[in-house]
Amino acid sequence: MGREVAESCVDSLLTEMVSTYCHRFYANKPELAARRIEAIGYQVGHQLSERYTMERPRFTDHLEAIKFICKDFWSELFKKQIDNLKTNHRGTFVLQDNRFRWLTRMSVDPQNESQDNSADGENKVAQATSMHLYFPCGIIRGALSNLGIPCAVSADISNLPACSFVVRIKA
Amino acid sequence: MPTAGPRSGDAIFASVERVNAELFTLTYGATVRQLLTDLEEVEEVNKQLDQMGYNIGIRLIDEFLAKSNISRCVDFKETADVIAKVGLKMFLGVNATVTNWDAEGTCCSIVLEDNPLVDFVELPDTCQGLHYCNILSGVIRGALEMVSMKTEVTWLRDMLRGDDSFELQVKLLKQVPEEYPYKDDE
Repeated sequence: MGREVAESCVDSLLTEMVSTYCHRFYANKPELAARRIEAIGYQVGHQLSERYTMERPRFTDHLEAIKFICKDFWSELFKKQIDNLKTNHRGTFVLQDNRFRWLTRMSVDPQNESQDNSADGENKVAQATSMHLYFPCGIIRGALSNLGIPCAVSADISNLPACSFVVRIKA
Repeated sequence: MPTAGPRSGDAIFASVERVNAELFTLTYGATVRQLLTDLEEVEEVNKQLDQMGYNIGIRLIDEFLAKSNISRCVDFKETADVIAKVGLKMFLGVNATVTNWDAEGTCCSIVLEDNPLVDFVELPDTCQGLHYCNILSGVIRGALEMVSMKTEVTWLRDMLRGDDSFELQVKLLKQVPEEYPYKDDE
């Protein structure tokens, strides 16, 4: 068993990192904040997949690599595997986590929320959630890129608390 | 009903949800690296890390108080001990010691021999002025401010700069007496 820290360390760090980029640095430029948060995730994913594949033979195809992300990689990060994997066999994979840890623990500052009218408030919640998701999307993209698979990753949360990550491999 | 006393840092750490420290260490490292790219000035990065830590500290104190079951510390000495023995242990899983007290009992050092923030980290020459762990000093400052203690927290020794341990000086500037809008016996 490797070294561990309290989960609240990671939660606090992520919340603060996202808020630093969204509220302090790029308050009026969400697309720039998103790009920075994704870039941080990318670095983390790249380094983690390097560490977790050191003693493994090379993956023979894309599906093998994706399965590694769904099983071993996800288990290291979240102590569970991806629950469902779908593919169209043309380079798009959908990885669904039925209870994505980083979403179940997310909360919205009630003070800010109550100041808004409800529609605006809901909008803010959606925006804050999507900002948080750029980080895991970056992690997946970084991990696959380290395995020699360039791709684009987006997240779909129409089914909360389930979260689907859509991986589109670049031909 | 028996009243539960304060719990040891080890016992709390054993009972909380824990995660793989690599994820934490690498996420922090990637954040510092991104800040260095975006802010360019090392001094500015130090300031941001401290601010991030402060923001975390003012929230984390609630979790600390809830899980540690610690009631009011009688003095700053006890406070420093609690940070070293309970606080750092229950979140980061590390042991720390308190030394170098001044005569007034308002300034001391917290010494860490081990620190998960810096696993796999080596600073390039261009980052010499960087206080890589500045988030940690910010957390302590923020948390103490929530329990009415204004402090100044500075790094005296840093293993990333070649020292044999991390030494964090905590200086009590002002203790704001807590004022309640009501009396205890009402």
